[in-house]
Amino acid sequence: MRVLAISGSLRADSNNTGLLRALREEAPAGIDVELWNGLKAIPPYDADDDVVPGPADVEAFRELVREVDAVFFATPEYNSSIPGQLKNALDWGSRPLATNSFRNKPVAVISSSAGAFGGVWAAAELRKVLGAMGARVTEAELAVGHAAEKFDEHGRLADEDVRQGLREALATLVAEVPTAVAA
Amino acid sequence: MSTAEQTQQSIPTGTWKADTVHSRVAFEVPYAVATFSGEVPDFDASLEDGVLEGVARIASIQVKEENLQAHLLSPEFFDAERHPEVSFVSKNITRDGDTIQIEGDLTIKGITRPATLSGLATGPSVDHFGATRLGITAQTTVDRTEFDINWNMPLPNGEPALKNEVTLKADLTLVSQEGQEG
Repeated sequence: MRVLAISGSLRADSNNTGLLRALREEAPAGIDVELWNGLKAIPPYDADDDVVPGPADVEAFRELVREVDAVFFATPEYNSSIPGQLKNALDWGSRPLATNSFRNKPVAVISSSAGAFGGVWAAAELRKVLGAMGARVTEAELAVGHAAEKFDEHGRLADEDVRQGLREALATLVAEVPTAVAA
Repeated sequence: MSTAEQTQQSIPTGTWKADTVHSRVAFEVPYAVATFSGEVPDFDASLEDGVLEGVARIASIQVKEENLQAHLLSPEFFDAERHPEVSFVSKNITRDGDTIQIEGDLTIKGITRPATLSGLATGPSVDHFGATRLGITAQTTVDRTEFDINWNMPLPNGEPALKNEVTLKADLTLVSQEGQEG
């Protein structure tokens, strides 16, 4: 089974990207977690450019989402919401709405932030956006507050509770993938 | 029109099937300022020895806005991928003259709850082509959240965008199959 992991942060030392690297480590056998590194290349959404085929990086993103069995998001929180570039990529991904590649796709959303709340508002916003796109938004939930403190000096997730939370979120996501696809 | 019109007190026996060209299954739900409506044109309905059954294929749902149609099929609303049908099976039908009450089980999104439709019945009467027809126009109001259709979005004034009470309507023209075989 293929799970695409999307970090909402572009920063090289991003805590959210670090969480997704840990997710890959924690994934049980048979579940392949792939980190997406195409976010920065997605151009600004412009309906004039929204033609068939769309921009190459957008088409590659759509195709990748179509191919995988589920998508796992980790997002930071910017001004109580999700990062603009993440929203921009999803706006491209949602087109055309009735047949977009996220449609019925099981998705999980987790978040982290430097503050105490762990990005819960960004996670709620991201779930709202994904729901509107027609994705199957799962109950998976994990908000990691004071995120920087959870990583060691090599940038590796050092908090066992958070690792457990990642395993549970992934299990919740995988449970929503139709078994026929998982086989 | 027919001078032979008489007061009916019961639901006829035998097998009756909906003439779907002259039947309609629809819904209405109040939203912010008005009532939003749509219909599900792909359906079957039958009356078999007093039991009314109907199945509507939710993928055929029609509303005036294409993007909304896609949203209604998504997991946030009907989740048509996992629950492609909405169905109703009657348990008890009572008729008193023109009025009819149909108690039964309504299944939406895989969740079955009791529902009672009320409305009018006309006929049976023979149409211009010799078929015997029975008309039923009935509706019920359900709380959509009881069927796990919970989507909402607060408006800037704090009020929910969509009400929970949904009116379901069925306008059925049922044709006696016995007449069809002759």
